[in-house]
Amino acid sequence: MTITVENLSRNFRNFKAVDNVSLTAEKGELLALLGPSGSGKTTLLRLIAGLEQPDSGSVIFEGEDVTRLDVRHRQVGFVFQHYGLFRHMTVTENIAFGLRIKNRRERPSKSQISERVQELLHLVQLDRLGQRHPDQLSGGQKQRVALARALAVEPRILLLDEPFGALDAGVRKDLRRWLRRLHDDLQLTTIVVTHDQDEAMELADRVVVMNRAKIIQAATPAKIYDQPNDPFVFRFLGAGSAVPLLFNTLGHWRSPKMALGGEVMAMLDRSERARQAAEAGDQQLDLFVRSHQFEMMADSKGDWRIRFAALTGRSIRFEVQYIGNIGNIGSIASQEPPSLNPGAPTPDALTYEVDLSREEAEENGLSLGTRVTLTVKSGLLFPR
Amino acid sequence: MSQNPKRLHTAWHNRLLRIVLVIAAALVALLFLLLPLAVVFVEALSKGLQFYFQQIAKPDTVSAIKLSIKLALVAVPLNMIFGIAAAWVITKFEFRGKRLLISFIDLPFTVAPVISGLVWVLIFGMQGWLGPFFRAHNIEILFAFPGMLLAILFVTFPFVARELIPLMQQQGTEEEEAAVSLGANFRQVFFRVTLPNIKIGLVYGILLSNARALGEFGAISLVSGMLRGSTVTMPLEVEILFNEYNAAGAFVVASLLSLSALLTLLVRSLLEYRHNRRQPELPSE
Repeated sequence: MTITVENLSRNFRNFKAVDNVSLTAEKGELLALLGPSGSGKTTLLRLIAGLEQPDSGSVIFEGEDVTRLDVRHRQVGFVFQHYGLFRHMTVTENIAFGLRIKNRRERPSKSQISERVQELLHLVQLDRLGQRHPDQLSGGQKQRVALARALAVEPRILLLDEPFGALDAGVRKDLRRWLRRLHDDLQLTTIVVTHDQDEAMELADRVVVMNRAKIIQAATPAKIYDQPNDPFVFRFLGAGSAVPLLFNTLGHWRSPKMALGGEVMAMLDRSERARQAAEAGDQQLDLFVRSHQFEMMADSKGDWRIRFAALTGRSIRFEVQYIGNIGNIGSIASQEPPSLNPGAPTPDALTYEVDLSREEAEENGLSLGTRVTLTVKSGLLFPR
Repeated sequence: MSQNPKRLHTAWHNRLLRIVLVIAAALVALLFLLLPLAVVFVEALSKGLQFYFQQIAKPDTVSAIKLSIKLALVAVPLNMIFGIAAAWVITKFEFRGKRLLISFIDLPFTVAPVISGLVWVLIFGMQGWLGPFFRAHNIEILFAFPGMLLAILFVTFPFVARELIPLMQQQGTEEEEAAVSLGANFRQVFFRVTLPNIKIGLVYGILLSNARALGEFGAISLVSGMLRGSTVTMPLEVEILFNEYNAAGAFVVASLLSLSALLTLLVRSLLEYRHNRRQPELPSE
């Protein structure tokens, strides 16, 4: 079922939680609402469910305006962050709840209910735990019971609020993939709220990035990562930073502190945004570069020094610091261990994160304290 | 488990301190809590069982017992409803003036009961604001059941709400929201989700407010008018008997009140025991 949200707004006192948001989730789509805490993603989900009332705007399910429809009639499966399991009921009773409370005309018979509960227990792989109480289950099990309970009433859509937030890393990953497979089987339009970009990227057909009560970008994971439309999206989805460019006397945007690769220079010369900035007489233009989009070469006269290196699996994450202004003291400085260096890094020193493969790092003889030159291989400009 | 002699000494020292403290606490409990209670029963039975039951069978005593029970029977359910409503509103909804409401609930705890009695006299007395109006319509409030009920309602009001608020705050609203999203109406949410979750707290609150309703003296002594056989409750009867130099009779009625208090404690302990017995099993996949 298609879910459409039009110009939805919700304030809490003076705080704008959701500000004029419009969004469509296509039939059978799995959408992730991604954003930092306080960005309004949970409020948006609760507005769609009907657990909150909007100040303005509308919620539409498959052409039917449900904005004023009470939660209990919206037929929405909602999975809560802390599961919201009924603590005094067994797993079976929890799952059967939605069916048992139906009025006599709609209520399935006892045997039908128990059959349906068995099916659902099987679906969420908890066949043997029907008689347990919630306090006798692990976090992952509770999560699956909550999902089975939501599915029992055959909801029109499925909404999950930080479904894996309270679980540890291993269980998270398993459950995430399991949920994706389940979604592919059920073909139910699903919206998941998360603050974890990996989770959003791996799980969703489309990622909706939110910040400060607004949607910043909604696109496929690949597009969100490769073509973010905003510095916020760029920063939120992976390591990267802004390289300031200055307009030089030859009429080009160049970085005074690092070299630019041919691809980047060509991009800058073609870019409409760069031309506009030059025409407007801007002092500075920010080039956004992912940490793996740098090239780093050992060079005893280089303006940068590696002040931190950590293995992150197949690649190494370096932190390089600008030493251009003190770099002329002499090349001896590069041989000293960094901790004894008088120009020891200060917290506000100009630094960048650079990711290189281990092979590349070894080939170039890069290690802690090495002086290097930096080259930007590729990067992005954002409209103002 | 250290072999270090100094550590051993400290441990032994701590143990001694602990024993001393436990004994001191036990002594205080014995002297100030158990001893008076024991005295009540000893005195009540000092003139023999026959006197004891004769005293209970006296019309004044019977009427006092009946009135006390009647008052509790009306006040406690009313309080239960008010208490649940107040706790529900305070914990499940956000609204302006919530903090103020919470402090108002505590008012009867902090105000001396006599003052609440005085207030009722002031409002419903012959010289009071509403007294002449009710008098003109032949409705008796003061020195009658309604006035005494008001006094008791006021002093027992916080018990149920105070038991429930922390419990319901800790439980949050997720279960109720889950129930609603599954299609439950207000009645179903309340009776199938909220009420079972607060059952224990509610019973505690009821027991406590019942004990207070039976034992209330200060507020009720002002509004009762002490009409023997009609507006005298058990605690008032105790005082009247005592003032009539019938100490043994006073102790007999006092022993009935003490019995009800002991019963309250017993029921509460039993409930706690039963509740704690169902320990969660260790989770396993």
